[in-house]
Amino acid sequence: MAAQSNLKNMVMVLGLTCLACSAVLGGAYALTKDPIDAASVAKTNKAIGAVLPAFDETSYESVEVDGKTYNYYKAVKGGETVGYAVESTVVGFGGPLSLMVGITPDGTVHNTSVLSHAETPGLGAKCNTDAKFMAQWAGFDPSVKILSVKKDGGDVDAITASTITSRAYTEAVKNAVAAVKSLEE
Amino acid sequence: MAKNFKLITDGLVKNNPTFVLLLGMCPTLATTTSAINGLSMGLATLFVLVLSNMVISLIAPVVPDKVHIPVYIVVIATFVTLLQLLMQAYTPAMYETLGLFIPLIVVNCIVLGRAEAFANKNGVLASACDGIGVGLGFTCALTVLGLVREVLGSGSAFGLNFIGGHDGMLAFVMAPGAFLCLGYLMVLFNKFVKKD
Repeated sequence: MAAQSNLKNMVMVLGLTCLACSAVLGGAYALTKDPIDAASVAKTNKAIGAVLPAFDETSYESVEVDGKTYNYYKAVKGGETVGYAVESTVVGFGGPLSLMVGITPDGTVHNTSVLSHAETPGLGAKCNTDAKFMAQWAGFDPSVKILSVKKDGGDVDAITASTITSRAYTEAVKNAVAAVKSLEE
Repeated sequence: MAKNFKLITDGLVKNNPTFVLLLGMCPTLATTTSAINGLSMGLATLFVLVLSNMVISLIAPVVPDKVHIPVYIVVIATFVTLLQLLMQAYTPAMYETLGLFIPLIVVNCIVLGRAEAFANKNGVLASACDGIGVGLGFTCALTVLGLVREVLGSGSAFGLNFIGGHDGMLAFVMAPGAFLCLGYLMVLFNKFVKKD
């Protein structure tokens, strides 16, 4: 059964176990680092592709609006800017809600996509699956329509029973619109 | 061989971690919002359980009694981190849903519980079988619980919606529904499946 404990064998066994485990993890980290990076890049590229019209290449830049820094991808096609994909994070119902908001140079929302969220499954999490809620962002023009939920007098259809999530989502889009506006000025 | 087979079925029924031993309640209640989530969480735990059981049964004879818990935890944590890296690299979508709960497998009482109660007194093969049995028991329980909650709460099964554009009974997707379903499933399990 288990060996009799003394200082020497306790230090040795614990030390050796940690050493062996660190070696295994170090190896695994080195092996998985590239696929992990690739997966994260693929995810970002997919999100940019989903929210912007066709483009040739993007450049990663950032802008500061009201003390908050927004990172965005500027998409260029044939030397002309076709849009900005802005990463916009706000506090949702269950934690940070991160969106990729695609905005064309005239200030119209081209489309939006959820990067990560911690909303309640079955309620707020619908912001990522509800077809009706998601479709309304395509072509949303903030100069004609008001960027707030209908309950607050705006033009955004909220998700049933998820007003807080819908408000947060709207605010994230609003922030992204403001960020692009400051770029175009 | 028959003995090892019995270890597997014991883990599924007589020692079922969820319905009989009531271990690992945190991941059970938190991740079973859908059948797929329950199934993935179960399989992740199964992976860690089998490997940690095997390694611990191998090293147990040389581990001094006073440091056995730290040594076991280091071994378990290594496998959990390994799993986390692999999931991040090869199944990023699944990692996103379960990400938060994967590190918690380290402190899942099922894993340390089987190491303490079984693996440190038995051989490698028996420990692996015990890990498979208990892991499968956990996986089945989580999948069934997830399926019931998904059918009632979202009107779908394994992601396939069958009630059209309607909403399900939302309470079942949230915490109260988890407790209710678990309670009723436990009653049914003890009445019909578990016969001493």
